[in-house]
Amino acid sequence: MTRSELIAELVASNPHLRAHDADMIVSTIFSEMAAALSRGERVELRGFGAFTVKRRNARTGRNPRTGVAVPVQEKVVPFFKAGKELRDRINGAASAPRAASPERMSA
Amino acid sequence: MGTLTRANLAEAIYRQVGLSRNESADLLEMVLERVSVALEAGQSVKISGFGTFSVRQKGRRVGRNPKTGKEVPILPRRVLVFRPSQVLRARVNGLSPTQDAGRADEEE
Repeated sequence: MTRSELIAELVASNPHLRAHDADMIVSTIFSEMAAALSRGERVELRGFGAFTVKRRNARTGRNPRTGVAVPVQEKVVPFFKAGKELRDRINGAASAPRAASPERMSA
Repeated sequence: MGTLTRANLAEAIYRQVGLSRNESADLLEMVLERVSVALEAGQSVKISGFGTFSVRQKGRRVGRNPKTGKEVPILPRRVLVFRPSQVLRARVNGLSPTQDAGRADEEE
């Protein structure tokens, strides 16, 4: 699914919503998240997941084609950790209530 | 350091799009739900300028309880991975999208 398909689905399930507004909604959500991450903040969406930035130390990399060593500066990288609810849904455990998970372990 | 939550995102939609606060919150939820449903179906979700969420199949392997040292089987499962776009990678480093985060300048 792409951004435009997501917008199209949003319009399809909300007939009163103008396509332009649906586009704005999706753009606003992801640009606000990107803005927060670029300020070094976390994004926490319970049930869905959390975005954070992680620091990576400077290191000496290598150009894989030429083998020449290149210095790689310290940088930060965006990181996403899926929330418990989404993780369970992806594993097909959506309908199981949270407390019922121990029986899955015995399998 | 702050944390961006659903409330902040709903507020941003309210300000940018001019829908009611309630409707803004509902639509945010709907967006997250559509993304979740696609991932649940094993589909990748590609948001240009932000990144790609995809589902990866992991095979069965033998793990170890770190406390007891006992071997325990880890069953095959699906995990969600997020690959940030180049634009987002550059942006969190305060660079323009064409600059390569982490690569030292030749001039230095």
